[in-house]
Amino acid sequence: MKVTGTAHKVGDHIDTDAIIPARFLVTTDARELGANCMEGLEAGWVERVKENDVMVGGENFGCGSSREHAPISILGAGIPVVIAKSFARIFYRNGFNMGLVLLEIGDDVDKFSDGDEIEVDTATGAIRNLTTGEAVQAAAVPPFMQEILDAGGLVEYAKKKLG
Amino acid sequence: MGQTLAEKILQKHTGQEVSGPGQIVQCSVDMVLANDITAPLAIKSFRAMGANKVFDRDKVSLVCDHFTPNKDIDSAEQVKVVRDFAGEMGVTHYYECGEVGVEHALLPEKGIVGPGDVVVGADSHTCTYGGLGAFATGMGSTDVGAAMALGETWFKVPPTIRVNLTGTPGEYVGAKDFVLNQIGILGVSGALYKALEYDGEVVDNMSIEGRMTIANMAIEAGGKVGLFPADAKTMEYAKNAGFSGGEPMAADADAEYERVLDIDVTGMAPQVACPHLPDNVKPVDETSGLKIHQAVIGSCTNGRIEDMRLAAGVLKGRKVDPKVRCIILPATPAIWRACMDEGLMEVFMDAGCIVGPPTCGPCLGGHMGILAGGERAISTTNRNFKGRMGSLQSEVFLSNPAVAAASAVAGEIINPAKL
Ligand code: SF4
Repeated sequence: MKVTGTAHKVGDHIDTDAIIPARFLVTTDARELGANCMEGLEAGWVERVKENDVMVGGENFGCGSSREHAPISILGAGIPVVIAKSFARIFYRNGFNMGLVLLEIGDDVDKFSDGDEIEVDTATGAIRNLTTGEAVQAAAVPPFMQEILDAGGLVEYAKKKLG
Repeated sequence: MGQTLAEKILQKHTGQEVSGPGQIVQCSVDMVLANDITAPLAIKSFRAMGANKVFDRDKVSLVCDHFTPNKDIDSAEQVKVVRDFAGEMGVTHYYECGEVGVEHALLPEKGIVGPGDVVVGADSHTCTYGGLGAFATGMGSTDVGAAMALGETWFKVPPTIRVNLTGTPGEYVGAKDFVLNQIGILGVSGALYKALEYDGEVVDNMSIEGRMTIANMAIEAGGKVGLFPADAKTMEYAKNAGFSGGEPMAADADAEYERVLDIDVTGMAPQVACPHLPDNVKPVDETSGLKIHQAVIGSCTNGRIEDMRLAAGVLKGRKVDPKVRCIILPATPAIWRACMDEGLMEVFMDAGCIVGPPTCGPCLGGHMGILAGGERAISTTNRNFKGRMGSLQSEVFLSNPAVAAASAVAGEIINPAKL
């Protein structure tokens, strides 16, 4: 799948309290959670987002609590892909389970600025900055996680196992 | 080649041969946990998987501790979902009402988790049980929903950072200070995807409560688990709590570590993590004089009886500054009762503290102690992210219970030795 959208750049160590503060955790609804995405970073942050935009994070994106509401709120805001220097462990696993595409690209993240137009091939991990013309390749998805993705996510994977 | 603690425990839970870091292993789990925030999502996923029963009704714990006593209608609805599910599945370890405590204080105390266990929880501080020698780690709700259905999960075998704690700590310096200091050294992503393993004379002398305080904050360095060897003390604690099984366990002498950190705690001052990251750590004296509006003493990090005793030791015969809300939340009903029996409640009330029920409450900015813009809190909890305890314009400083109590009295951050 190819995703083309505007880059929304955020800093290092974006924690899950920034992505979705605890006071909004009284629902599991993606749309409601999405309406408050990044509310812990900046009030009204989500208003800048259009469907299919891309979040560009720094180091350790998604650190902190295990709340799966974090990837759900990003998806709910209309963002299908997060590119980052690195991801926090629980968030990385959650993202995959929820169908949020997470691409780790290390220092190449500096090649993207806020507002750049980005094209992401979610199948190959190829990322192009349409504004500057630069191209970047994300690290491959670990094989076991690819298996879960291929099964259609963890829910489908578990469904098969439960048979 | 020898095995680390993480490798040893995983090996006991898988048919595969654990060969080293990076390998993916399928493991059986001894306990699966979720709370009132994360369980509703886990239940949603569980149902979507087509599961109609939990793999073992004795191996699932559901603890409604975050927004309880229910702070509003929405949270009451969430707890209802969890309660109904627990009833339908016949879950043995369901906690609510007068029985509930902060999950990571409650489960060890009730002997529900113990040495050698593999535990997964839909809560990032599940790593607390590493203090008991359990491979315990946080995951998201869907992973936990799958574990509830299947009784197993997958792990990537982590590389291990070994932390050796040596020396003799001074007065008012303990487990919380050691872990804050270590997070300051490693940074908030210094142990990303890795296990932390603790040893050394300080560990030998440390109580299980103290070990759990340290293991609790492994995640604040990005760690997957924070593991302590299971020694005679662990076995005694587990036995008294009613845990059956488990055996003493230590890493092999020739185990391979990615990094070894030697920390001599002699002369270490009480440590404080300044806003807005837990690795922004300074000796308390460098932050002294900062006015505070609230002090919170509780949580899965420092809400156990030892912490209550430390706070009471400082508060005894003193008064909290009238402009400071000093909120004390013993983490479980048993700890609450011990506070009464030991006369600590009287100390807290005489000092002018607010004593609340066992709940996470203000720790995550839930309720019972939310900060306004421009307010500053000192807290014995584990996270000081921007807005964690309320307004985005508020600040949270993390410390041990003695520093928090002393600061409540002084109205500003202070070294208890200088009160
Ligand atoms: S006390 Fe705080 S950190 Fe611990 S489980 Fe509750 S909210 Fe999480």
